Amino acid sequence: MNGFNLSRSIRTRQLLQVRRMRKITEFEPRIIAFTCNWCAYSAADIAGISRFHYPANVRNIKVMCTGMIDPGYILRAFERGADGVLVAGCEIGDCHYISGNIKAKERVERLKKLLHILGLEDERLRLEWIDAGDGRKFADTIENMAGKLKKLGPSPFKKEVKS
Amino acid sequence: MSDVRIGIFVCHCGKNIGGVINVPEVTEYAKTLPDVVYAEHNLYTCSAEGISSIRQKISEHKLNRVVVASCTPRTHETLFRNACEAAGLNKYLFEFVNIRDQCSWVHMQEPEKATEKARDLIRMGVAKARLLEPLEEVEIRVTPSCLVIGGGVAGMSAALNLANQGFEVYLVERDKELGGLLLNLNRLFTINGKAEEVIIPLIERVKNHQKIKVHTSTEVKGVAGFIGNFDVTLDQKGEERKIKVGTIIVATGAEVLKPVGQYGYGDKSNILTQLELEERLNKGMGDEQNIVMINCVGARIPERPYCGRICCMVAIKNAVLIKENDPRAKVWVLHRDLMTYGTEFEKYYQKAMEKGIRFIRYSLDKPPEIVGNNKVKAVKVYHQLMGKEMVLPCDMLVLTTPLIPHEDNQDISRMLRVSLSEHGFFLEAHLKLQPVEFATDGIYICGCARWPTDVPEAISQACAASAKAVIPMRRGYVRPEAITASVNEDKCSGCGTCVLLCPYNAIELQSKDGKKLAHITTAQCKGCGTCGAACPSGAISMNHFRDEEILAQVEALVI
Repeated sequence: MNGFNLSRSIRTRQLLQVRRMRKITEFEPRIIAFTCNWCAYSAADIAGISRFHYPANVRNIKVMCTGMIDPGYILRAFERGADGVLVAGCEIGDCHYISGNIKAKERVERLKKLLHILGLEDERLRLEWIDAGDGRKFADTIENMAGKLKKLGPSPFKKEVKS
Repeated sequence: MSDVRIGIFVCHCGKNIGGVINVPEVTEYAKTLPDVVYAEHNLYTCSAEGISSIRQKISEHKLNRVVVASCTPRTHETLFRNACEAAGLNKYLFEFVNIRDQCSWVHMQEPEKATEKARDLIRMGVAKARLLEPLEEVEIRVTPSCLVIGGGVAGMSAALNLANQGFEVYLVERDKELGGLLLNLNRLFTINGKAEEVIIPLIERVKNHQKIKVHTSTEVKGVAGFIGNFDVTLDQKGEERKIKVGTIIVATGAEVLKPVGQYGYGDKSNILTQLELEERLNKGMGDEQNIVMINCVGARIPERPYCGRICCMVAIKNAVLIKENDPRAKVWVLHRDLMTYGTEFEKYYQKAMEKGIRFIRYSLDKPPEIVGNNKVKAVKVYHQLMGKEMVLPCDMLVLTTPLIPHEDNQDISRMLRVSLSEHGFFLEAHLKLQPVEFATDGIYICGCARWPTDVPEAISQACAASAKAVIPMRRGYVRPEAITASVNEDKCSGCGTCVLLCPYNAIELQSKDGKKLAHITTAQCKGCGTCGAACPSGAISMNHFRDEEILAQVEALVI
């Protein structure tokens, strides 16, 4: 009995080690999230208050409104090797600045077309409206995005930068 | 050598951060970042010791930028900014890094990754802090007068409350008479007193008040400006007038839904809405013996999902009044759920049942049906609790419909730059914490314009809104955040893109040395930055969120 237990524990240990190693080598996408001060940033806080866990792949940059996000910021993020960019603002109709999110939507949609031409997968740039109280949606968005990006692998821009 | 000297304070927040993130290690890491001359970690940076440490270290190490890595700016930014100010540092030279709500609390099961993320976030914070610039807030004078839009019970109560505190009030009502919806009501629950006993004296007091200028048959045509200095254009039957006010209260109320086409309303002569019934009750009822009321007509349905909130009580009130008028009359109230919240309303409902009014619950899948051609003769209803269909004799059918938002709410919302809810009512700044304020400074809301309210609620909201409006007027000035846009005139090509985009009309093209240049009225700019993002020549930058600052954050992350 002892022998069996011992061998099993060794096996478990080995398995864990392999898994740990795999984890280390597993691709971890880097996501930059531009979150508006009034809704998405607040939603990210609410996710924290509610202890909704999500993958640690995202780094938030707070902006006052999604309408102030120059498409150049997003391009720069991809150019420097970000695997994904999230633009998250207030629901349409709820913008703190009346219509900033509508402008963001137009800009992001136009940029998406450009990125597509450059050979970047559509999933890498995402636009979401996340209500100030909707921590669940923020957590789910990051989880979903990180999962998709893991499958996609590193950004093609990153490879080019490195080679 | 850069003259930037950054001090970093990393907070354990007890175990909230320290229990997940390796705070001492992160602090050591922070010391290696460019321009960081000092870093420490505190059990609670927001405690008295933490705050005094920030102040002390600013002078000790001649810090000219401060970064705190702790909870969230939403709750603690003001505190830390004030600590900087107290030590003589401009408060805009402070940068917040959120490593609790957006890091330790959401990555508790992955302490290593959380620590790595905290390092990244602090690096990004430092990258921004290096580029921060001191900003000055402008002081704007507040005109001590208020525009109240809407002359119903809410608007008049707000106007009186302001006028009694010595402020000039312009009360604008688009109808010929003051009074609003209450003019058409018979009696008010729960006291069953005459509505006119409430509204007529109120109208008199408002009309006779020296400080209140009443404008009936008048609409607000245009609003320009900002808190403290709104330029308002009034339109009285084509005749325009301009006034200047410091604050605005929206008390435009709501209207009763006319259920055209539902249950035969409009085709059959003996179908009324509750509002029409009020008029009948006021004039005197006929000899109707069997009265059926159907609640939730046009409310809590997919197209209009909200609850009318006061309609259950209106139905119960009118049922009671019919019964009191003629005890032999039979009254059935068909409802889906009864909203009789609180102490008084529930008592009122109990009394109605004691008087013999029958309450029958129906469901939306099996709504009541009407029997009869030109007149309703009976109502068929599936009694949910008994599980069988009942046929009720009916001489008069009363439909209980909700209050709905005015159609022109959209225009008013655009004119005042305030938000509407998905239902078309006005939307306050924060559902819980700022119930009578709009997100736009200096504009407040009360009464049914927000959602259906009864009279006491409308009056309390009016008092709350007017009390809020008094704050800037009494102080005499406002000092908005200095996070606004500014134009680099050398780069500006005068294309006017920003002028078109600005949601606050804060930008205009002005001629300077024969050249057209964008000019931003700082007091009017709310700092959304949409102009900066669109400027083709990169001439507009948003203070505190300049391109360099955001790009530095982006670049600091991806290394």
